[in-house]
Amino acid sequence: MSAPRLLAGPDPSRGSERRAEHVARLGPLPKGGHALVELLVHTGLTGRGGAGFPVGLKWRAVAASSHGSAVVIANGAEGEPHSRKDRLLMTSRPHLILDGAMLAAASVHAKQVVLYIGEDHRAALRSMSEALAERTDHERRLMRIVPAPARYVAGDSSATVHLVDAGIATPTTTPPSPRDRGVGGAATLVQNVETLAHVALIARTGTATGTVLITVAGSVNAPGVLEVNAGTPLGDAVQLAGGASEPARAVLLGGYFGQWVPAADAWTLPIDPQALHARGLSLGCGVIGLLPTSRCPVCEVAGIMRYLASESSAQCGPCFFGLRALADACTRIADRGTDPGDLQRLQRWSAEVYGRGACKHPDGAVMFLLSAMKTFGDDFAQHPAHLRRTA
Amino acid sequence: MSKEFELVVDRIKCDGRGLCAEILPERIHLDSWGYPIMTKGPIPDHLMGLAQRTVDDCPVLALTLRRVAAQKHRGR
Ligand SMILES: Cc1cc2nc3c(=O)[nH]c(=O)nc-3n(C[C@H](O)[C@H](O)[C@H](O)COP(=O)(O)O)c2cc1C
Ligand code: SF4
Ligand code: SF4
Repeated sequence: MSAPRLLAGPDPSRGSERRAEHVARLGPLPKGGHALVELLVHTGLTGRGGAGFPVGLKWRAVAASSHGSAVVIANGAEGEPHSRKDRLLMTSRPHLILDGAMLAAASVHAKQVVLYIGEDHRAALRSMSEALAERTDHERRLMRIVPAPARYVAGDSSATVHLVDAGIATPTTTPPSPRDRGVGGAATLVQNVETLAHVALIARTGTATGTVLITVAGSVNAPGVLEVNAGTPLGDAVQLAGGASEPARAVLLGGYFGQWVPAADAWTLPIDPQALHARGLSLGCGVIGLLPTSRCPVCEVAGIMRYLASESSAQCGPCFFGLRALADACTRIADRGTDPGDLQRLQRWSAEVYGRGACKHPDGAVMFLLSAMKTFGDDFAQHPAHLRRTA
Repeated sequence: MSKEFELVVDRIKCDGRGLCAEILPERIHLDSWGYPIMTKGPIPDHLMGLAQRTVDDCPVLALTLRRVAAQKHRGR
């Protein structure tokens, strides 16, 4: 069922693949440039950091406004609490990511590459810096590692630019988008590390990899990262993760900016960015989280809303005050029981907050909450007081 | 070239005291926390003078008038 491409080769749990082994297995780094950009457009590869934007189109745009001074940022912030796939890739296949970053640099005519890595991801930082030391002089002059603070919003593309420019990993107002005006004012390509690893293989084979990395989390027997063929039914992926450890109530698809799907509808869903998009869902950053029937969804949602509110960078009023108000109302329902006024306020405030931040943090949080209120409507409508807190 | 304009607020700069909504209540109202919500779509000609005044009078220079067709912006 699973067909490793990115994770082919030595057992990823054994750690970092050395450069000699990587080259012996896959051959030398192919050439980047216009032909590769068009190949990426043709294969339809989409970004794996969450937003799912078509990669080829972004490279085209940055190449067009680069004037030989573009910047590439390989985004290995992985701030999503349950996601592990970027870390596993940085720790086990660093040269795939460096190959992808070099191909991006050649294709958009970049003069520097930043490897942006969450500072808490220690093994990933070590593996990436060891791998960088194995590259050519030219590559080592071009690429450098920048550790990023362990905050949820530090992975937003404008925040990555802000950290590189000013040492502050908070989002900035867009437009201008980093693509038009990023690091030092130069056109900047921000690309997730998994996305870059796919590019490294596509450039070699000329065809789509056809796989995605996912992190299966929550009530499964063997939580962790899997590489599956695009289109694999979600239930099969759960089986590959050891199966559900207890009866599942619902699945959270795509992490904390994702959507809840009732378990009965979830198992047949195809794990494929385009197919999910067509159903109004999103694979997001690839987290598939199982909520067991033994846990209270309202308390779970309240806990995640408090987390997302606390991760606001507190720069924009509607995000800072709005997410706090939403989290407080969820917590009141969880602690003291349902109040119809709070249910109405959740709906009204969600509409007020959506689309009104400098970045998409509030939008992600609101989408998450609205899907929870839809999927767990009865639980929100009839929540008892003083239920035990599970969050 | 379109001559239609809309008001865009820089969410990071805006500190939400709502002066703009007092100047141009026809197009701006405040959310539950006192931050401005702009009515969607181009500003009618007869309100352009007042719209310009919100831009000039905003204490933190958070407002800009932007050509509707020139640049797409997200949100409100
Ligand atoms: C609040 C917030 C947090 C984000 N965190 C990450 C992250 O940790 N890693 C990541 O790759 N993208 C993250 N993103 C998405 C990036 O803004 C950007 O879309 C992505 O890195 C682009 O790469 P891709 O097209 O290859 O996915 C985040 C976005 C937002 C709004
Ligand atoms: S929307 Fe929220 S997280 Fe994004 S920049 Fe504004 S305050 Fe920070
Ligand atoms: S006048 Fe300026 S600072 Fe005050 S609410 Fe309006 S945009 Fe925000």
